[in-house]
Amino acid sequence: MINITQLAFSYRGRGPNLASSFGMRVQEFTVPLGASTALVGPSGSGKTTLLGLIAGTLRAASGSIIVNDQAITDFNDNELGRFRIRSVGQVFQAFELLGYLTVIENVMLPWYISGGGTKADIRKRAADLLLDVGLESKRSAMPGELSQGEQQRVAVCRAMLNNPTVLLADEPTGNLDQENKQNVVDLLVEQAKRNNSTLVMVTHDESLLGKFDSVLDMRDVAQPLDGDARR
Amino acid sequence: MSGALFLGWRYLAHHRFKTSILIASITLMLFLPAATRLLVEDSATALTARANQTPLVLGARGSELELVLNTLYFHAESPAEIENRTLVDAQSTGLADFIPIHSRFMAQGAPIVGTSLDYFDFRNLKIASGRQMGLLGECIIGANVATRLGLGPGDAIISSPETVFDIAGVYPLKMTIAGVLESNGTADDDAVFVDVRTSWIIQGLGHGHADLADPGAGRAVLSRRDDMITANASLTQFAEITPENISAFHFHGSDVTFPLTSIITVPPDQKNATLLRGRYQDNETLQLVVPGAVLDDLLETVFAVQNYVILGLAILSLATIAVIALVFLLSQQLRKGEFHTLLRIGASRGYVAVLIASEIGFVFLISALLAAALALVTTYYAMQILQTFLTL
Repeated sequence: MINITQLAFSYRGRGPNLASSFGMRVQEFTVPLGASTALVGPSGSGKTTLLGLIAGTLRAASGSIIVNDQAITDFNDNELGRFRIRSVGQVFQAFELLGYLTVIENVMLPWYISGGGTKADIRKRAADLLLDVGLESKRSAMPGELSQGEQQRVAVCRAMLNNPTVLLADEPTGNLDQENKQNVVDLLVEQAKRNNSTLVMVTHDESLLGKFDSVLDMRDVAQPLDGDARR
Repeated sequence: MSGALFLGWRYLAHHRFKTSILIASITLMLFLPAATRLLVEDSATALTARANQTPLVLGARGSELELVLNTLYFHAESPAEIENRTLVDAQSTGLADFIPIHSRFMAQGAPIVGTSLDYFDFRNLKIASGRQMGLLGECIIGANVATRLGLGPGDAIISSPETVFDIAGVYPLKMTIAGVLESNGTADDDAVFVDVRTSWIIQGLGHGHADLADPGAGRAVLSRRDDMITANASLTQFAEITPENISAFHFHGSDVTFPLTSIITVPPDQKNATLLRGRYQDNETLQLVVPGAVLDDLLETVFAVQNYVILGLAILSLATIAVIALVFLLSQQLRKGEFHTLLRIGASRGYVAVLIASEIGFVFLISALLAAALALVTTYYAMQILQTFLTL
């Protein structure tokens, strides 16, 4: 379960390339354990920021974020890293596979970062995931040899490797054609259900919304902080 | 952190071309100064060892270095010749043992060294197969010559004419190999040793031909006047000395006028050495040199040059390091997205730092190993490289 209360966040002072004036406040945001939620809303409404806060890659100025009974707002950087690697699976719009690793090595990437367990076990787990998504024959291929749909399926496998309790997907279908969009979302929802993971996915595509347990509009979830000119 | 090492290794393996260029640059950067130093030090050790085993060298006035290098290594430009009379005169002093050296000709790429049997005792050279040379026209070959040409006792080796077009000059002489020397890792391994009189035959100062007093030699006789017989060009000269024709070989003129390139002089003690040096100190045509001192002068120059070379290489190395650092920095810039992904998945900044460090470490480790291997090979072949330089 994800529970956010009284959260305030601002990019102010976080660097010249970021929207330095953007800030938002979330009064209450909850996604039940094992539920799948689609986050919709216009560009700049804070969808990606909200995912970053849940994953712990961004830090809130105030308020609390509790993920499966863990108050991640109290974690330091190392604890947040461990939290992400153990409990969070992330799928990105641009797939973000490492071009110098094979497909199966990309799926095993969280293990190369965190270790734990034997390599043989992890390799079997990765192979099983690839089998689930129909890519078992491409386990030794390089990402550049795959279609975009296949790459995103590999990214989903990578996100699922550690059986995450939270699955966050930031516009994972943004670069895909209609057929691949449906396939990837089906895959995400199915994997989340199978693993009893809480799924939060950002999307602009209304044709996909029917696949989720709930749909939340960011304009209802978050309010701009004073001084945010874009809203 | 083994995962970071694995990722680093996979990154380098995937970008083979870039990695190879980096490794090659660093390998050369490490190897060249080390090789220069090793080569110079090994060469210096080898040069001085052989030079120090040779107390004095007597030869014609001129370049001391040429005289010493020709006497020790046989390959350098032949120094001006001296007469065999010098040897006879020197021996009459009784102040030292004198070993003639006549090193001017080649046989199938190997220098022919005309000398006496004393040379083999002096250099402590052992016969590995066959026997010591005993007859005119026989030779002993060094171990490398035997290996390179695939020759052994009983085979023959032919001296090379000095110039193809010099019909009045040196004729090739087919020499029978009496024995092969044990290898001792010196210039002796690459030489063909003959009796000094055989080297004079090669030079054309002695020869063998059909007996002109024999009535059967009529066509070759141009004129007979008193006891003087003049032959024409149809007279067949022997190109090989055999037991059957050895008695037909003879020298024209007095052997005291025959040439030598140098005389190795081995005085029994320092007193005799000093007496000998005094004897030749003011000689206008001869010089008696101490090979060790001559080579020390050469090595001083070599070491000075080496220092400049290493300084130049150090400056080049700095430039190489700067370029390599730039390549790594640019590479990190290009890989910012990749590192960001790793951080987002859950890697710590330390993990990313280890990943980068491992890549740099692998490149430098492989380069260092390659440079060390090349340095070992250089050390192994140092003497051959030195010989090549001396041949030039």
